[in-house]
Amino acid sequence: MSTSQTPLVEVRNLVKHFGSVIALNGVSMSVNRNEVLCLLGDNGAGKSTLINTLAGVHKPTSGDFLVEGQPRLFSGPRDALDAGIATVYQDLAMIPLMSVTRNFFMGREPVIGFGPFKRMNMDEADNVTRDEMHKIGIDVRDPQQAVGTLSGGERQCVAIARAVYFGAKVLILDEPTSALGVAQTSMVLKYINQVRAKGLGVIFITHNVRHAYAVGNRFTVLNRGKTLGTYAKNEIGIDELQNLMAGGKELQSLSEELGGTI
Amino acid sequence: MTLANEQNGSVVGPDERLKKVSTLTAILRRPELGAVAGLVLVTIFFFVTANPAMFTLAGVMNFMAPAAQLGILAIGAALLMIGGEFDLSIGSMVAFAGLVFGTALVVWQGPLSVAILVAIAFAVFIGITNAQLTMRTGLPSFIVTLAFLFILRGLTLVGLKWASGGATQLRGMKGAVAGSPLAPLFSGDAFPGLFTWLAEAGIIDTFPNGTPRVPGIPVEILWFVAIALLATWILLRTRFGNWIFASGGDPRAARKSGVPVARVKTTLFVVTALCATLVAILTVLDAGSTDARRGFQKEFEAIIAAVIGGCLLTGGYGSAIGAFFGSIVFGMVLIGLTYTSIDQDWYLVFLGGMLLTAVVFNNVIRKRVTGER
Repeated sequence: MSTSQTPLVEVRNLVKHFGSVIALNGVSMSVNRNEVLCLLGDNGAGKSTLINTLAGVHKPTSGDFLVEGQPRLFSGPRDALDAGIATVYQDLAMIPLMSVTRNFFMGREPVIGFGPFKRMNMDEADNVTRDEMHKIGIDVRDPQQAVGTLSGGERQCVAIARAVYFGAKVLILDEPTSALGVAQTSMVLKYINQVRAKGLGVIFITHNVRHAYAVGNRFTVLNRGKTLGTYAKNEIGIDELQNLMAGGKELQSLSEELGGTI
Repeated sequence: MTLANEQNGSVVGPDERLKKVSTLTAILRRPELGAVAGLVLVTIFFFVTANPAMFTLAGVMNFMAPAAQLGILAIGAALLMIGGEFDLSIGSMVAFAGLVFGTALVVWQGPLSVAILVAIAFAVFIGITNAQLTMRTGLPSFIVTLAFLFILRGLTLVGLKWASGGATQLRGMKGAVAGSPLAPLFSGDAFPGLFTWLAEAGIIDTFPNGTPRVPGIPVEILWFVAIALLATWILLRTRFGNWIFASGGDPRAARKSGVPVARVKTTLFVVTALCATLVAILTVLDAGSTDARRGFQKEFEAIIAAVIGGCLLTGGYGSAIGAFFGSIVFGMVLIGLTYTSIDQDWYLVFLGGMLLTAVVFNNVIRKRVTGER
């Protein structure tokens, strides 16, 4: 994690207003190649607004937005995607009734033939899907099986694999582990680590400090629309991070009341 | 990073909790299974109960003709249902397209090609109107097209009276198209030469005077088969087919993945209107006249055939070839009952019963496909 390289994505003093509501009030963060940046914050901290701004859904009211050192202003999600910023939302944009292959290539189907005989290259699509799933360690016996038959963790991995396959440089993951069990979570975390090792920058949004600490290289904590700070893993412990995220005191006293189990 | 490095036994290698996918399960996964099963059952039923004349060449043509007329509508309806929308106006659209086509042909004295183009233009317009109203208002297509069921039927009545000078029937199409080079595409029987040859060779039945009992294949059956094959190919093997499934399965997810959902649905509404127009042209040329009751209640039969063919009412799942088989089941029962001693009005009872069975069956299948519990 050398500090000399240009960050893949960097924002400085980002401000976003929705009418009279100040959703972001000066947020700064950056993500490098080969790095998992965890974005931590409790409900209402501005995590969703921040990722939607990064993904090109919202335009910032003010502040700097740099992609690989160049100032950029996205006109929409498609634009962000073309710049290599892919977002995997909580609902995954997957259709349970459709096959794994059809989901994987949805909107970006490989075609062969020309004119009226242009058709989807099903064999290639099936092979790519099978290979990509195999790389993650998901054994899809039949890429034509419906996504609905996959577990939550597997679906999450398919969604991430899809973004990676289609050339994402920066991956924004919106609470990928929030609805998963222990085994499923470790599967997804393992895959996030694998994606990072490939050289991508990952922005991992979560409010679970344990999950963040397991894969994160740096941690940016948001609170009430502002960045409280960014810490490298060796600068901060898991308990400190927890307290920072929850706004300190209150949670600590609550935790004592509950016998230190939060 | 200890957590991330932990081996996760349940994802690497085959999962011991999953049974192997048998060929049977693979077959059960096909959406058209219900329609094929229904067809087999109905065939067996009529083999046992009906006069053997039903399964001669002439008998088969007899029930395939109405099956084809319904089937062309049902395939359009099936594509639209997979795309997540309904069109209840197709029955009325048949009548309306018949009026437009007939007027262009008889009242304005246009050539067949022009009459067809005028009818197509109206169909495209009404398809786009249905689509735009549904998508702009965000109302269910069920209600928007229900409005058009009445609007188009009413317009047909008014229009027919205007075009014919007070009657609800318009005649004289046969004479108007006589000699047109396009006419054989939309009326009569195909391959008469082949059938004459087959009759001379003694392969098919002939009348006492030597002409074949079946002079050829009625063109609507050829249209029906061609459209079923084309629709199936589009659905399963093209990019647009993937977009149809995606638009019906979850429009939001599809849109996020870059699928032009509005364009897909608009195209599908236009396709159903065009299917209705084709049926109108075929039946009008066949009868030589058009009337206000044409296509009456066909929207329901088409949707039932699509459902029997495996389409889910919620969209995103189904098959065109299923609608093809579903329509043949209909044709067989409608005509087949006349070959038995059973009262023909049982047809309606059958219609309802078949719909219920199919919907229940589809629900079970869907749970199997998605692994829902």
